[in-house]
Amino acid sequence: MNFDLADHADKFLMLGGGLIAFVVLVGGLLLVLDVIPTKLAERRTVRLAAAVEAGTPIKAGRSREGWLALGFLLPAVLLLAIGLIFPAIRTTLLSFRNKDSSEWAGFDNYTWMFAQPDIRQVLFNTLIWVLVVPTLATAIGLLYAIMVDKARGEAVAKALIFLPMAISFVGASIIWKFVYAYRSGDQEQIGLLNQIVVWLGGEPQQWLLEQGYKLNTLLLIVILIWIQAGFAMVILSAAIKAIPAEIVEAARIDGTNAWQMFWRVTLPAIRPAVIVVVITITIGTLKVFDIVRTMTNGNYETSVIANEMYNQSFRYGETGHGSALAVFLFVLVIPIVIFQIRNIRKQRSEA
Amino acid sequence: MTTTNPPAAVVPPLQKKSTAAGRVRQKLSSRVATVIAIVIALFWTIPTFGLLISSFRPANDIKTTGWWTFFSDPQLTLENYNEVLFGGSASSGQLAGYFINSLVITIPAVLFPMAICSLAAYALAWIDFKGRDWVYIMIFALQIVPLQMALVPLLRFFSQGTEIFGIQLTPAWGLSDTGLFIQVWFAHTCFALPFGVYLLHNFISELPRDIMEAARVDGANHPKIFRSIVLPLITPALASYGIFQFLWVWNDLLVALIFASGGGRDTQPMTVRLAELAGTRGNEWQRLTSGAFVSMVVPLIVFLSLQRYFVRGLLAGSVKG
Repeated sequence: MNFDLADHADKFLMLGGGLIAFVVLVGGLLLVLDVIPTKLAERRTVRLAAAVEAGTPIKAGRSREGWLALGFLLPAVLLLAIGLIFPAIRTTLLSFRNKDSSEWAGFDNYTWMFAQPDIRQVLFNTLIWVLVVPTLATAIGLLYAIMVDKARGEAVAKALIFLPMAISFVGASIIWKFVYAYRSGDQEQIGLLNQIVVWLGGEPQQWLLEQGYKLNTLLLIVILIWIQAGFAMVILSAAIKAIPAEIVEAARIDGTNAWQMFWRVTLPAIRPAVIVVVITITIGTLKVFDIVRTMTNGNYETSVIANEMYNQSFRYGETGHGSALAVFLFVLVIPIVIFQIRNIRKQRSEA
Repeated sequence: MTTTNPPAAVVPPLQKKSTAAGRVRQKLSSRVATVIAIVIALFWTIPTFGLLISSFRPANDIKTTGWWTFFSDPQLTLENYNEVLFGGSASSGQLAGYFINSLVITIPAVLFPMAICSLAAYALAWIDFKGRDWVYIMIFALQIVPLQMALVPLLRFFSQGTEIFGIQLTPAWGLSDTGLFIQVWFAHTCFALPFGVYLLHNFISELPRDIMEAARVDGANHPKIFRSIVLPLITPALASYGIFQFLWVWNDLLVALIFASGGGRDTQPMTVRLAELAGTRGNEWQRLTSGAFVSMVVPLIVFLSLQRYFVRGLLAGSVKG
């Protein structure tokens, strides 16, 4: 036993400090918001009384609400400005500057991105991720939601698929790294995948080194599908249960078979939910980082944009390159979001 | 909605209502459906199950035989957990310390966003002021900005301060060791806001207008309404947001790598340590298997006990959008 809680006292002091800061800041804000308007209200009552006495018209005060709203919003707006808005603008600027941000570099960082074979590889990998993960995760989630709907033990069956959402990407990566583990042919296999290969009479492989047909990238993709299918399943299952029973009955009386039922009734009815799921998973997939870093650290031609961005900015000190990759990531998200907004508008106008 | 048409939830559960999916399943003959479902369920659970079994097997067994041999030769030990949590050598996990770091990071990084988001969401839903819709749309839109866009400048904000045209606007924070927790909390709180405001706004804006107006007529001001009426009513929503934020922070790797790594083992959370073990000691499976489970225990408990709230938040946060 080499652990002494006393060694960690200063961490708990920090935690205590953080909690005290929380109470003081939030409590203080509520107190200020409570006291000042009350004081102002008292003064206004006095002023109103005076105005009534003098017979002058009373001005409606809306600005007071505005100040109060500012008080409620101030922490959020301030933190968003410091933590997201200004940094995002700054990153955009940095993407047009050189390695250590000392000089303007025009579009150099962007031309580098598309000219460098390594980076083109990274972009291509990201494309594979974005095409495969949302499609398969949604398809599996939907299939499973349909298969367990109204079945015995539905809740437990759903929880099994859903659980990977609770664990970290790092944890999930370790789980799968163990599945892919390799021992040379003369030893007993400890990884399940290689053992299955051996049982089937094949040679064990070093899966994560297999670059042919992008096999290693696909094996990493399996992990994200494994995590995201639960999300798809929960959302789609709720959408399926919301389909009005009358429609289903009408279709049944018309004698539709299962196949037709799925394509003509179920799918059109849950289409909005499917789109939301695909978009949410797509955006999440674009930013995938933890899995690639834990499994291969981007080696063996498995790197993706977010991983490369981290390496360029924080390992190689290439701030310009890193920023350009971050901006590119952002640019990729924009059309998806525009599509989403249009879609919602269309639904609203139809409704 | 007409009064003759009760909402689906009110329909008595005994009356077997068929759904489209249920019909598809039945017609596919439920045997095929069951087989497909079981295959998927196995694929989803076996990898985790294998890791769990392995974490209790003696180190030498893990490295030389597959975990499935456990069934013919069951050997159990807690030594891996003892070693990975409390082991003294630098190569053992020493996860107990990192576990504490994860806790110290997570608790304030969940509380701050919960408070700040609910305040902001209340103002955006119930206080009438000019430009309210614009502020809401701005915050909503910020959800799409990838974290990657903010990392380098925010790190510089902490380490060098801000400078515009040679004028120092904010000083460097000069944090070190356990002080670095402050910048991790700060970063997590900033990044959590767009989604948090959006999710809580969805709930708060749907509170009945009558209650709010009755309170105003009784002379309650906004802070009072917020504290005594809104907060109690949105507790389930706060719970679901809290779970999201908890899972996000506890499981995060990227933010921790950048903002917490300076303090080494004094500040790094478990995810960073596990990623490190997986990289440099990729074959020390006795540590990786048990370490992975140590990091999963807390989120799994939270998740399983509060799953209802999590699902509700998930539905509110994604479908209405």
